[in-house]
Amino acid sequence: MHFGPHLLLAALEGLVTSAVLALTALGLSLVFGVMRVVNVAHGEFFMLGAVLAWAISTAISGHPALGFLAALVLAPLIVGLIALVAERLVLRRLNYNPEATIVATIGMLYIIQQLALTFYGPEARPVEPPFSYRILLPWFGYSGYKLSIIAASALLLVATWLVLTRTKIGLIMRATQYDSETAQAFGIPVTKVYAGVFALGAMLAAVAAVLIVPISQAHYLMGQDPLLLSFIVVIIGGLGSLRGTVVAAVLIGLSDGIISVFFSPTLAKIIATLLVAMVLVFRPQGLFGTTSR
Amino acid sequence: MKDASPAKPYALHLGVIALLFTLSFVLPEYHHGLLARIMVLAVFAMGYNLLFGYVGLLSLGHAMFFSAGLYGAGLAVIHLGWSVPAAFAAGFACGALLALVIGLLALRTSGVAFMIVTMMFAQVFYLVILYLAAWTGGDQGMVVPQPMRVLVLGSTSLDLTNPTVRYMSALTLFSIVLLISLAIVRSGYGRVLVAIRENEERTKMLGYDTFSNKLAAVVISGSICAASGAAYALLFGYVGSSFASVQYSILPLLWVLLGGAATTLGPLIGTLFMYYVIDVASGYTSAYLLIVGIALILLVLFFPRGILGSIRQRWLGWLP
Repeated sequence: MHFGPHLLLAALEGLVTSAVLALTALGLSLVFGVMRVVNVAHGEFFMLGAVLAWAISTAISGHPALGFLAALVLAPLIVGLIALVAERLVLRRLNYNPEATIVATIGMLYIIQQLALTFYGPEARPVEPPFSYRILLPWFGYSGYKLSIIAASALLLVATWLVLTRTKIGLIMRATQYDSETAQAFGIPVTKVYAGVFALGAMLAAVAAVLIVPISQAHYLMGQDPLLLSFIVVIIGGLGSLRGTVVAAVLIGLSDGIISVFFSPTLAKIIATLLVAMVLVFRPQGLFGTTSR
Repeated sequence: MKDASPAKPYALHLGVIALLFTLSFVLPEYHHGLLARIMVLAVFAMGYNLLFGYVGLLSLGHAMFFSAGLYGAGLAVIHLGWSVPAAFAAGFACGALLALVIGLLALRTSGVAFMIVTMMFAQVFYLVILYLAAWTGGDQGMVVPQPMRVLVLGSTSLDLTNPTVRYMSALTLFSIVLLISLAIVRSGYGRVLVAIRENEERTKMLGYDTFSNKLAAVVISGSICAASGAAYALLFGYVGSSFASVQYSILPLLWVLLGGAATTLGPLIGTLFMYYVIDVASGYTSAYLLIVGIALILLVLFFPRGILGSIRQRWLGWLP
């Protein structure tokens, strides 16, 4: 293969990564933006989504698309419910204190990871894709399913954006994000909004995981990389800024895809992590964000 | 912090050291070895506590200082054939230097950003260790050869693989660091650190240079953690990348929270307690991370002051 098609392939792979990353990071960003909580367990909600997708799709016999669709609906709902319980039992009692919640979500990370290891096991298990149509390009064939991930993610992102900007729920969320005390004074049930946002954030991660699991397998440690990458995306995009999050996800996903085709993945990670740490040190509002209040 | 007489805290700390010294001759072999390890790790926790407990800076990256000491000392022995004191000094210097650089960068941020930045620098450090597998042994780690682990003092030579020598070396390091941290906490400098924790703006207004005070705290804290890491490499003979992973940044936080943040003896009690809980639990289940997770959540929910913190609040106000 020549350099051009090679680059195209890398870019396509990068776009798939970006699509999944944008959804995961959007969840993290919403939780941070509205609740000011850094959810270290976010990657574990992602992992739970994938593991549940495997469990659901193997439980349902028949055409693989049937099991996959059931997983796409059920897995995020279950993960959302788990997140809701965690929020009620732990985060609310801590009054959403930023530092205490980080320690608590680290605890959740260990608990979820260990339970997944105990009940799901250390194996990596595949989920069959709902369809296996290959699109033939002049240089290589490309999985139609991967392209549909990009489309599905774009659809979900637009839907989330519409909910946030055009509906009353979105208005309430933005009001809470802007000033939770004033929102409370105007009769907005702030703790309910927080619970909903935390569940929504976890569900976004779970959806992303269900989408990716037919091409990457479910494993109990798979939450680590998405967590780190989501952090990177949220920081580059500006903590709490949604448009920045999406732009940064595309940027990071593309460069991750392209860099890891041409360089050692460990070196790529070292450079990316170091760069992001420097961004946080010297430009804490992110590359696209405005100055925080 | 009341201090009616300086004698009481010093008597207590010397008593603890004396107790640990006596235990060396009483304990059965298994617990003897375990306690030596716990004392070295308690030094790590004390270094962490200095920054987290007294200055209120929550770092999620202290594994990098511990492993800077670990690798600094271990690799100096393995690759350069340095003697034990020189290797220890190398590890210590690596940690101090790293802490200075990280402090200069990370202290430009505060709060949540500080936690994330320290975690990311630690992650970079961890990945660099994996990347330089040719020298560091990658994720397999390396064993420090036994014949090299001999401390030559004048005409006597001490074999660090001997259990008693190992225990006494660990106790020596532990005692020195404990007394140093007690002295720091009771000094004027320690009070400035607590003032920064309580209200940084006001401390600044009173004319203290909070940045350089915090930077000094990061360097002291990082150096203590590096000393612990260097001692770990030389006493237990293993250098591995798992000590640089995120988990080893979380563990000292857990130990300090459990024992009581901003208490001088809390780190020892927290490390001791958690180590034994995990040791006992691993007899029944391999899921020890579950216990770590539950302990973290229960601590922040119901017991944010830790064991010694609660005792100080209820009964012993003079506890440093």
